[in-house]
Amino acid sequence: MKFIKYLLVGFIFGIVLTKSEAVSWYRIYEMFQFQSFHMYGIISVAIATGIIGIQLIKKNNIKAIDGSTIMIKDKEKGSARYIIGGIFFGLGWGLVGSCPGPIFILLGAGVFPVVLVLIGALIGTILYGILKDKLPH
Amino acid sequence: MDIFFQTWPWYVSGFLIGLIMLTLIYFGKHFGMSSNLESLCSMSGLGKKISYFDFDWKANQWNLIVVLGAILGGFVAANLMSDPTNVSINPKTIEQLAILGIDAPNGKLAPDVLFGNSIFESPKSILILIIGGVLIGFGTRYAGGCTSGHAISGLSNLQLPSLKAVIGFFIGGLLMAHLILPLIF
Repeated sequence: MKFIKYLLVGFIFGIVLTKSEAVSWYRIYEMFQFQSFHMYGIISVAIATGIIGIQLIKKNNIKAIDGSTIMIKDKEKGSARYIIGGIFFGLGWGLVGSCPGPIFILLGAGVFPVVLVLIGALIGTILYGILKDKLPH
Repeated sequence: MDIFFQTWPWYVSGFLIGLIMLTLIYFGKHFGMSSNLESLCSMSGLGKKISYFDFDWKANQWNLIVVLGAILGGFVAANLMSDPTNVSINPKTIEQLAILGIDAPNGKLAPDVLFGNSIFESPKSILILIIGGVLIGFGTRYAGGCTSGHAISGLSNLQLPSLKAVIGFFIGGLLMAHLILPLIF
């Protein structure tokens, strides 16, 4: 039963990303061509909502659902991994137009060839697992 | 009711995505989709061979449930909440795509030339999808997050590393969209 709430959050996430068309290859291409504000609007409003929400949580010391203190971990310091890793991801995002969330959502939406992207993404994850210690971070 | 079936405006969608992230924080978790990729690898027993995957994936089971919900959400949105007016991108973009030989949306989420069911007969399309996937999997694990983990969660918490990652995402995406895609198509 404790998993129902996660299923519901994911369900809404899947609907919002499909109905906003953030899962669409076309929308991502259009974004990288700077020919529409749509994707930039979605990302900016999501971040603005997030910034305000997180500030409210911190200022009012809001507790998590189970009464524990909310801890939001800081990202590790560094540059190389973020820039280089980011470029790799960006190349893939620009090519197949889906980030990890939409890969799964598109499967549900019936765009079955995306299963090849998922297989590729798992191969890429394994590659990183093997090469991790040899890469600059 | 039409509004429900048409493309949801960016301000509604963005706000809801922000709330989804905040809800997961309220549940004592975090919003990040790409870490599910390593959970799937760990789940399949790869931890015995590659130490990176040797962790307790069951601790991240909740996130796999989010993914399951997202798949169901995609199904419902695509099958019960769609409309032929969907994906009305900029007409200029459509012209540009036509030059590359990429079909117009006409309500579809993705072009047939890459995601149509006949692509299983096209080695080129199969290769593009797999290579794209490898770049996504490798890149998000290397950078430690994707659009959800860095662009939304990280920037919402004013994290400098996330800003660096997002700059990387756009360098890669712009290179692909402007320089590499025209060479492929």
